[in-house]
Amino acid sequence: MSASDLPILLPAYGEILLLVLASAILLVDLFLPERLRGLTHWLSLATLAACFVLTVQVVRATGGQAAYTFGGMFVADLMANVLKLVVYAAVAAVLVYSRRYLAERGMLRGEFFVLALFATLGMAVMISANHMLALYLGLELMSLCVYSMVALNRDSATSTEAAMKYFVLGALASGLLLYGMSMLYGATGTLDLTQMAQVIAVGQVNGVVLVFGLVFVVAGLSFKLGVVPFHMWIPDVYHGAPNAMTLFISTAPKLAAFAMAVRMLVNGLIDLAGDWQQMLVVMAVLSMALGNFAAIAQTNIKRMLAYSTISHMGFMLLGLLAGVVGGNRFSAPDAYSAAMFYTVVYVLMSLGSFGMVLALSRAGFEAEELDDYRGLNQRDPWLAFLMLLLMFALAGVPPTVGFYAKLAVIDAVIKAGQIWLAVVAVLLSLVGAFYYLRVVKLMYFDEPRDAGPIAPGRDVRWLLSANGLAMLVLGVMPGSLMALCLVAVQGLYPLAR
Amino acid sequence: MLENYFPVLMFIAVGLVLGGVLLAVGRILAPHKPDPKKLSPYECGFEAFEDARMKFDVRYYLVAILFILFDLEIAFLFPWAVVIPDIGFFGYAAMMVFLAILVVGFVYEWKKGALEWE
Amino acid sequence: MLRLIWLVPALPLAGFVVLAASGGRLDRRSIAWIGAGSVGLAALAAIAVAAAFVAAPPPAGAYTQVLWHWIEAGDFSARASLYLDPLAIVMMLVVAGVGFVIHLYSVEFMRGDEGYNRYFAYMNLFVAAMLLLVLAGDLAFLFVGWEGVGLCSYLLIGFWYRDAVNGAAAQKAFIVTRTGDAAMAVGLFLLFASLGTLDIQGIALRAPGAWAPDAAPVVAATALLLAGAVGKSAQLPLQVWLPDAMAGPTPVSALIHAATMVTAGVYLIARNHVLFALAPAVQYAVAIIGALTLLGAGGAALAQHDIKRVLAWSTVSQIGYMFLALGVGAWAAAIFHFMVHAFFKALLFLAAGVVIQALGGEHDIFRMGGLRRRLPLAFWAFLVGGASLSALPLVTAGYYSKSLILDAAWASPQGGAWLWAAAWVGAALTGLYTFRVVFQVFFGAGATTDTHRVGWPIRIPLAVLMLLSVIGGFVEAPQVAGRLEAFGHFLASALPPLQPAVAPGTGFALGVAEGIASFGGIALAYAFFLRRRSIAALVARSAIAAALHRLLESGWGFDRLDDHLLVRPYLALARRLRADLADPGYDALAAAAAAAHRGLSRSQNGRVRWYAGGIVVGSILLVGAGVWL
Repeated sequence: MSASDLPILLPAYGEILLLVLASAILLVDLFLPERLRGLTHWLSLATLAACFVLTVQVVRATGGQAAYTFGGMFVADLMANVLKLVVYAAVAAVLVYSRRYLAERGMLRGEFFVLALFATLGMAVMISANHMLALYLGLELMSLCVYSMVALNRDSATSTEAAMKYFVLGALASGLLLYGMSMLYGATGTLDLTQMAQVIAVGQVNGVVLVFGLVFVVAGLSFKLGVVPFHMWIPDVYHGAPNAMTLFISTAPKLAAFAMAVRMLVNGLIDLAGDWQQMLVVMAVLSMALGNFAAIAQTNIKRMLAYSTISHMGFMLLGLLAGVVGGNRFSAPDAYSAAMFYTVVYVLMSLGSFGMVLALSRAGFEAEELDDYRGLNQRDPWLAFLMLLLMFALAGVPPTVGFYAKLAVIDAVIKAGQIWLAVVAVLLSLVGAFYYLRVVKLMYFDEPRDAGPIAPGRDVRWLLSANGLAMLVLGVMPGSLMALCLVAVQGLYPLAR
Repeated sequence: MLENYFPVLMFIAVGLVLGGVLLAVGRILAPHKPDPKKLSPYECGFEAFEDARMKFDVRYYLVAILFILFDLEIAFLFPWAVVIPDIGFFGYAAMMVFLAILVVGFVYEWKKGALEWE
Repeated sequence: MLRLIWLVPALPLAGFVVLAASGGRLDRRSIAWIGAGSVGLAALAAIAVAAAFVAAPPPAGAYTQVLWHWIEAGDFSARASLYLDPLAIVMMLVVAGVGFVIHLYSVEFMRGDEGYNRYFAYMNLFVAAMLLLVLAGDLAFLFVGWEGVGLCSYLLIGFWYRDAVNGAAAQKAFIVTRTGDAAMAVGLFLLFASLGTLDIQGIALRAPGAWAPDAAPVVAATALLLAGAVGKSAQLPLQVWLPDAMAGPTPVSALIHAATMVTAGVYLIARNHVLFALAPAVQYAVAIIGALTLLGAGGAALAQHDIKRVLAWSTVSQIGYMFLALGVGAWAAAIFHFMVHAFFKALLFLAAGVVIQALGGEHDIFRMGGLRRRLPLAFWAFLVGGASLSALPLVTAGYYSKSLILDAAWASPQGGAWLWAAAWVGAALTGLYTFRVVFQVFFGAGATTDTHRVGWPIRIPLAVLMLLSVIGGFVEAPQVAGRLEAFGHFLASALPPLQPAVAPGTGFALGVAEGIASFGGIALAYAFFLRRRSIAALVARSAIAAALHRLLESGWGFDRLDDHLLVRPYLALARRLRADLADPGYDALAAAAAAAHRGLSRSQNGRVRWYAGGIVVGSILLVGAGVWL
């Protein structure tokens, strides 16, 4: 026995550090006296910062090349590292946004931070999984933490109901996913995504079993993405969960779900693209239609944004389904990078808009009705302006980054020859513009209803400003982020040259 | 591929047929004279005096969950112990990491008071 | 040093951002420092960059700075890049320099205005947009500046928005120039579709290979660009907005006329001279438009009462000269005239501003008179500017630039005697209408007014511009005044010189003729408006003259024409449509969306078993789709 038996763990350093520090925070929080409890918040932020830095170092050390460890179950390629960096940043932003909100409602306890950190760990594992079991492990770690976070406010009937629904449906989806994985295993004899791709490429597999497996896998990951017809948990959970938890589940997990989709469909099953692209077409169109139409008359902004999530995820699928055209993968990097760009941008937009809900909430008041936004411009013009930027970005109005995200995806769809799909996407976005712009109208042209004080902390105000202005800055200069996404996607195993 | 599952199909068919036949035979051949005593849930022993779906103290669940948690995880030790000469330092280190995480959880539940009945 | 080029548009933009973000919390002193200071720094940066450029010209005579890659999607690439060549340097120096003196002047001129902060914010944005326009290396990026200029002109013309007339003038300016902009945008699409790039140098490189001279696409593209230029530069038939644009504060007029906005069209054509050279027919149209405009506007200037409207029409006319020069291929002469025009037109407006303010807002020249003694500074400034505008031979800058254009109109293969004659008549008209104002306002008996004291923020700009209006022309001289071609040589790497040059003998004759036109116009003005007013009065009483006067005063009746031809039919159509033909369709869409919403909301009933059922049914459908499709 010697240390040389150990695998080279460099690719997973970030996750290992996160695990260690999250456990440490769990213990530290237990033994902290009550008056020092605020320390947990800062420790959690420091943990995320440390993981961020370490991940950057990992990229430096690997030179952006794909690095495998744990017997090929875990991969740290450029896409994984980039997505992880965004996840760390997004979770940190969530912690900053939600601190005051949670403190006012007595939920600012160590459990919140530990659950958030472990969920982050789960996401990181999902993002880096190159094996279906690793993927599932990460997925469950994340999901279980998120279920409990939704139920963190045990005395709230709506929160527990939301958590219950989320859990039951999530368990069902996990079952479908596992069932699909087992079928894929039956067909190919492996769960390793790289090997699976090779086995399928050779072509000696049972097509029917493979397709059955594919269908259930797609169903399982569609649930995580929240696309029609696996979307029904989203409005109820977003609505029922405490605002801070809604902020959490609407941001970083989307990145993980995107990574999961890419890992399974692109890394593992790209030779079945002809099959899964068809399914994604159906789900994308349904999602955009349902999400946008169902959102237009909502009176609750959380519910509205929940439906908007459905439509945005549908839109993102357009990028995924435009990669392989007639068995030809030449345009795949462009299409997948468009989808990745879209997801990252969506997470930024979602962070900002739910962050705004948190910033406007105060003790005993949840700013979640649209009426609460009436006349915001008169009460706090700067926040109103930031919200305007965010809504414009969500609607895809040109100077903001939301426009370029949509443009890139539609460009990919058109290059794939699916003109009708692009037309449908644009028309349905038009429906979506209505309800985003309605928020702007309420803020700028209506008289305020609510007269309470607006006092987000200084840190929240700064972060929110950065977040809102990022919509504009990235909109004027989307080039570098787009290029980063492209390089990241080009490093994926089936697309690497 | 699917033809490999033919035996399974046969099992299912045989099981269904056999079960159905036995029930039918019993029904046809056996004497059938019910009375209230025979139809009650327990023909002998206590009278059923309460709904089975009664409220338990939540602490039962807590203890039960904790028990299952640690019981299951300790169960991993057995296969590990059997193969420990073959899996080398990495296998050893992995289990230590696993146990360390368990310890963290244990400390947490202890400190939170989950192990105290009152 | 050249790398600092980005600072030139960025500084005024920063000034705008600071002023706009301050939300009126700054005191006037800080506003003035930020507003004028940012443009002043930009002017300094421009001078430094230009000096570095001249001291050590970059290879190929141009410097490109890619600020960032705006968007790269497939083979489409739009870069936000700045392009610095001699043409851009001249434009940049004039815009930043003249822009700065106008800002300085405004510090005092606008002192009493309640919208001080708003004023400087808009002005800074205006200058920033114009600098962006002249420095952009990409037509898409240029279009950003182009539209920015349009927006700022709208904001500033309607600056005193409480008066509905000003708002209407602002809207008119915006709508009319938008008409041209829309055509220009189509032209850009066309260029991109045919050449695959909007990079200006890329277009210049690819166009000659892609298109034969007079090929249909290049004619269409240049014609569309010309439409944009005509709108921005207030040429026939889109000149109607400029006289009304006098509704804004006087320094705004100075800025619009001298440094920004109206010269954008001239710049656009000069910048794309390669394209226009490929479309001789369109280039000839440029010359014709220029000639017609300079005559028509000169005539209209003759009949105005409002001192600023005279100057406005004179701008239209002078830009007509620039178009004429562009049309006959004398690119450098057009830019030269642009520069000189910027000096003296800014000077004239600023001097007029002093007069107007001294008289408490009086614009009518017939209610002025004898101001020579009361307002000596304004008098001298206006006299110098007017002399330069009238192209008084040898001593004024305007003479050198204008005679260059006349020579070119004569000598160029695209020109000819007719164009030269039009320009010659225009030159005489210029002297006439300019000195009509000079004699009417500053000589004779007239209104009494107190001596109006002005401070250094007004004196310095006037002095600087007076100096430039005189010596600004000594960098290029025509045949008759001893040939000098410093300006043309400097621009030669960006704009090809005119071929063939004027023959020495002809050049001398032309020069004398031009001198006669200038002196003749001034002499006529002296005769009619100072010496023998009775003649003017006599002529004015005749019916024909009165009708002609009305026609000229209304700017050849274009407003009425547009009103009858476009505005009224449009309004009638709008009233008809209000009733409403199209609404049921849209209402049906809205109703359909609402119905879809209701239907879909019903699916979200809050019951987990339904949701789980949905997942299962969805999976089954997917299985069906996967297996059988």
